[in-house]
Amino acid sequence: MTDTRPPAAVNIRPEYELQTQASRDFGVVEKPLTVFEKLYNHAGLRKTCLLILMAILWEVYARRLNNPLLVPTFVSTIQAFWDAMASGDLLSKSANSVRLLLQGYAIGLSLAVALTTFAMMTQIGNDLLETLTAMFNPLPAIALLPISLIWFGLGDKSIMFVLVHSVLWAVALNTHSGFKSVSNTLRMVGRNYGLRGVGYVRKILIPAAFPSILTGLKIGWAFAWRTLIAAELVFGASSGKGGLGWFIYESKNQLDIPAVFAGLFTVIIIGLLVENLIFRNVEAATVKKWGMQN
Amino acid sequence: MNQNPQPMASLLQVSGVTLQYKTKHHLVTATYRVSFDVFPSDRFVLLGPSGCGKSTLLKAVGGYMTPTEGTMKLKGQIIKRPGPDRVMVFQEFDQLLPWKTVKKNVMFALEASGKLKGKAAEDKAMQYIEKVNLTKFANSYPHTLSGGMKQRVAIARAMAMEPDILMMDEPFAALDALTRRKMQDELLQLWEDTRFTVLFVTHSIPEAVRIGNRILLLSPHPGQVKAELNSDGSDEIDPRHNVKLSERIHRMLFSDSVEEVGVPVHD
Repeated sequence: MTDTRPPAAVNIRPEYELQTQASRDFGVVEKPLTVFEKLYNHAGLRKTCLLILMAILWEVYARRLNNPLLVPTFVSTIQAFWDAMASGDLLSKSANSVRLLLQGYAIGLSLAVALTTFAMMTQIGNDLLETLTAMFNPLPAIALLPISLIWFGLGDKSIMFVLVHSVLWAVALNTHSGFKSVSNTLRMVGRNYGLRGVGYVRKILIPAAFPSILTGLKIGWAFAWRTLIAAELVFGASSGKGGLGWFIYESKNQLDIPAVFAGLFTVIIIGLLVENLIFRNVEAATVKKWGMQN
Repeated sequence: MNQNPQPMASLLQVSGVTLQYKTKHHLVTATYRVSFDVFPSDRFVLLGPSGCGKSTLLKAVGGYMTPTEGTMKLKGQIIKRPGPDRVMVFQEFDQLLPWKTVKKNVMFALEASGKLKGKAAEDKAMQYIEKVNLTKFANSYPHTLSGGMKQRVAIARAMAMEPDILMMDEPFAALDALTRRKMQDELLQLWEDTRFTVLFVTHSIPEAVRIGNRILLLSPHPGQVKAELNSDGSDEIDPRHNVKLSERIHRMLFSDSVEEVGVPVHD
């Protein structure tokens, strides 16, 4: 066989080899960021700017409306907030609410943990959890308040009951669905090294399902807050010391609208603090560090 | 065929094992009356096309499912449930616990199984992490490692347990060709060091020939034993058959679909 094609039809290029440099020889290649970029990259700063913008809009709108009974200005709300804080009234009422909230939350969580562990270990537990969450998760906690009042009377106990109800199902539902979506490989790894029962749930399922559990914890927290404030609005003070809901209700009765706004403001601030100080840090130390969430 | 060429007793005895599992609509027979023996320090490869039940067989040896027929014995004891005497390396990269560093992952295996605790576990972990050349990454989290590195951690974790049998379910299948080749060499090097017993599942003929000293060939749907062959890893032309081992295996596997084969072909 002879090749009749002209050799020029193929563009033959020379081969070559290069010596590569060790990476330590070429230093760091980096493009410096501008001041604006540096500031803009700061999530906290971006959010603070948004908050300031919203406060300004509020102030402008309230001043133009000029009706403190409908919408007090931002400045007067802050003033009322400050006065109530200084007198210790708002502070002690917030403390009451938060204490009650934490107790209810803790009880709700323990029950949720017990229920989901039981559900993971036995089929009947699984059925029980699925039925109970299907029944009770859509039931608003506040709808149970009348019953709760009859059973436990006026006081912390009946608030606690509705709080536990609002936390339990949200947390249990999320935890359970998190457990069920744990990858089969991880399950087999756990069993391979001899884990069973509670050890298996604690060392494999809980950490592996942590993103869903965390979502459950957040939803549970928000539900608990709403339920608590609503319950306090409904039956107010128990044994002389009311909570935030009672503060809002009382201020409304006195037509002290800036104080009503200050009460709502406190609810929001506590929510923001918990989200940014607690949940954000828990997230950074767990799911983000482990690469399970971006 | 009850004669054993080796003088030692077999470590794992699989005799007449039929494995079945249920899907929503069917009862699937994965393997039918499979028998084989694994001896200490064997690099025993289960080779076959997909659907020959090799992974299912490995799962059964791991104790994740029980045979409908036949028995599996490890050191004379019937296998009933998963246990740390048979450690599994999976194909998936997510077999490492994402919430633990490389070192903690290896230590977890030792501690969860109750084999070692605290400092002793840490020392043993570091010893095996060094064996797979990951000392520098001992404190990194798995999501920061490449696929090959993750598999090396998984191998270190399994080897640190010093199990009776190390079981590998296509551990390099999800890696690129270059990394895969390197990992095979490393595995053989590790074997030279410690002479562990490994039961290796693969569908790649070259990998089986390189890794195994004994290859069990399975036919698909359901898996049945076709042959048990020796390999010296070189894959040179065997004067007795006048073909390379890989070529011979290739023909055996394809003789099912192409009816005409059955006679040795010469080139």
